[in-house]
Amino acid sequence: MQSALTQRLRIPNFYWLAAIGAIISAAGTLAAFYMEHHGHQVTGMNNQVFWGLPHVFAIFLIVGASGVLNVASIGTVFGKKVYKPRGPLSGLLAITMLAAGLFVIMLDLGRADRLIVAMTHVNWTSVFGWNMVLYPVFFGLVGLYVWLLLDRKMYAYSKAAGTAAFIWRLVMTTGTGSIFGFVVARQAYNSAIIAPMFIIMSFAWGLAMFLIFQAAMYKWEGSQLDEEIRQRLNKLLGTFVAAVAYFVVVYHLTNLYYAKQTAFETFILVSGGIYPQLFWGGFVVVGTILPLLFVFVPALRSMASSSVLASIFTILGGLAFLYVFIIGGQAYPLEMFPGMEVKSSFFDGVVDPYVPSLPEFLLSIGGFGLFFLLSLIVVQILPFMPQDDMAQLRASGALQD
Amino acid sequence: MAIMKQTLAALAAVLLLAPVLASAGTPKPDLKIENPGSCIAPVPEMRRNHMEMLKHTRDRTLRQGIRGEKASLNGCINCHASKTTGSVLGQGGFCQECHTYAAVKLDCWDCHQPKAGNHEAVGVKP
Amino acid sequence: MSEPQDRIENKSRRSFVGAAAVAGASAGVAALAPGLKLIEVAGAAPRAPGEPASSAVRWGMLIDTTKCASGCDACVKACATENGINETVKDPRQGSQWIRKIDLKDPKTGQEYSLPMLCQHCEHPPCVDVCPTGASMKRADGIVLVDRHICIGCRYCMMACPYKARSLVHMPLTEQNPLVPRGQGCVEACTFCVQRVDRGQQPACVEACPEKAMLFGNLNDPNSEIAQRVAKEKTTQVRADLKLNLGVRYQGI
Ligand code: SF4
Ligand code: SF4
Repeated sequence: MQSALTQRLRIPNFYWLAAIGAIISAAGTLAAFYMEHHGHQVTGMNNQVFWGLPHVFAIFLIVGASGVLNVASIGTVFGKKVYKPRGPLSGLLAITMLAAGLFVIMLDLGRADRLIVAMTHVNWTSVFGWNMVLYPVFFGLVGLYVWLLLDRKMYAYSKAAGTAAFIWRLVMTTGTGSIFGFVVARQAYNSAIIAPMFIIMSFAWGLAMFLIFQAAMYKWEGSQLDEEIRQRLNKLLGTFVAAVAYFVVVYHLTNLYYAKQTAFETFILVSGGIYPQLFWGGFVVVGTILPLLFVFVPALRSMASSSVLASIFTILGGLAFLYVFIIGGQAYPLEMFPGMEVKSSFFDGVVDPYVPSLPEFLLSIGGFGLFFLLSLIVVQILPFMPQDDMAQLRASGALQD
Repeated sequence: MAIMKQTLAALAAVLLLAPVLASAGTPKPDLKIENPGSCIAPVPEMRRNHMEMLKHTRDRTLRQGIRGEKASLNGCINCHASKTTGSVLGQGGFCQECHTYAAVKLDCWDCHQPKAGNHEAVGVKP
Repeated sequence: MSEPQDRIENKSRRSFVGAAAVAGASAGVAALAPGLKLIEVAGAAPRAPGEPASSAVRWGMLIDTTKCASGCDACVKACATENGINETVKDPRQGSQWIRKIDLKDPKTGQEYSLPMLCQHCEHPPCVDVCPTGASMKRADGIVLVDRHICIGCRYCMMACPYKARSLVHMPLTEQNPLVPRGQGCVEACTFCVQRVDRGQQPACVEACPEKAMLFGNLNDPNSEIAQRVAKEKTTQVRADLKLNLGVRYQGI
């Protein structure tokens, strides 16, 4: 019943591209060894801001990994024809993104040599502990799903696997969001809205990563993505970006009005130096307004590069948001004695001047390098290039629904 | 589990690699026993099981708070530290010598003090 | 740890009558040290070899901030000596602080306070709840410890602790106290000087305080000085809104 969904791709300059990916990943790995050898004193992290730049990138990749799968889910679970040929690629990118995110977070551990310990000792009351199980199962399910999609004999089973993967990834992102949501101690994080906010962010960030990689593949193939399909995907991205903005507004309003975190919100949104700058300039302008313009303003939308630009801005905005959320949330001092002026030899009551160091930066970027390298190699070897049967799509009216 | 696997791997490494290495000319570990005859168990048993003994003790001591166990890392150090360097590490050090030979990574000393005696806890009392 | 055990601990605080040897009556051991008065070791006797820590005991500390002098850091120094916290750190923000002095000022009244802040040895410790490997743990007698054998250095416990009580060791260490293992890449915090408490001594900070502002003892033993004072006098738990039932109580704030 199924015409070929995908084709194999011959990437020109494959070895050059792979070398670039490999160098970036290797630099990240070496930076991690350097950190491991000297301890975290060679990073900008300290005992107040102990989750730094690597966590920003790792969490972006892990959250985005679940969102990338959205494309496949829309095709398989919700039966939208335009998305079906993109299912395998979406599954593949989900796996490589998650692998890259875990690579960064694992190598940043104080005892990165104890990976086995992390996997064999699980504390079930810990959200982090659950994630040790959520991630490997995600790999398994998505891997199975991609295989079923690609194997024509097994295609019939792909819907079941796709549904399972879809549910699992919602759970997984809830788990990632809950890493923060369950932290009662901190002004920034103790909020029920964080888990759903992360789910919607995963949609936007994942789709943005997908669109960029897909655009690269069309370029490598020397072909063109059908304009109608491109606009549909763009519109979806725009919707997600708008939804993210809505959740972020609600998150800050809840903090302000219900949780009465006025001082903290003032810090993040107005007075906190780099954090409000990144929030307004990075997340709001670059990460929200620009992508929306490129997706919805007709003159910009019709530019061939509009998808890629909107996606890049979305990604930059996501990283800016996470920087403010993770690092700003720690830099702001813990409130132990409400209403009191506090000082101590351990910088209580003081905003932390965290600045990432070079090794941290290399490790963080290494995550993106690894994602690119792994995805590149797989699409070179296996058939992941989406094939759209435009005639059939038009005839069945799939482009309208 | 992990420790079991590591232990098995270590044993396998010793069993398989030792003869190879020995025949390849790696000198056998040359151990100086500073206080012969006073170990908590016979030598073959210590060779085979010291890691298991220490592992069980460590969990009981730390997690249950049981003190005064027969096997104790500080006990090992106090008896086996070299009289010249004061340590179980370094060239000819009791722990390092064998572990280097068997190529089994030593994790203890990232946290534990490998020297005997001179680092006694003083608190605020003289 | 588990719920049922917590309940027993809570109940036994009221009804427990010196059953176990560990609870022992005031040992009344006196020690003379230069510059120090007689030090009474209250409510503690060394635990017999082979005997595990018992949930009949809940170690706690009462800190009288009215006696604590701003600018004095005898407790901090004693802690560093006892626990071998002696490494040189380039950036003080990366150094370990098991106990630190905090100065408070009420902007409305101008009233100032000074107090030592340390791990509060919560009965319901968030650090233990969140630790992915189970390295953060609470001993039966309420002392919260990090099992460095399985700590992976993820710092999630630091995220969860409301008191900034935990530190990551940011560099290789070589000069540890043999009784206090600690090392690079693992998280650590105040242990109530578990190595001293287990042999019947007081935590180093308590012993060092020249004002005797800190009192250590068994909260579960109704005859102990700390339990009696906590029952009679007004004490505060920091961030009591979190309902963590802290082992460390403050007076005067
Ligand atoms: S004070 Fe912090 S480190 Fe200590 S038990 Fe409570 S949560 Fe854990
Ligand atoms: S840093 Fe160590 S003790 Fe803290 S949560 Fe992670 S594994 Fe547990």
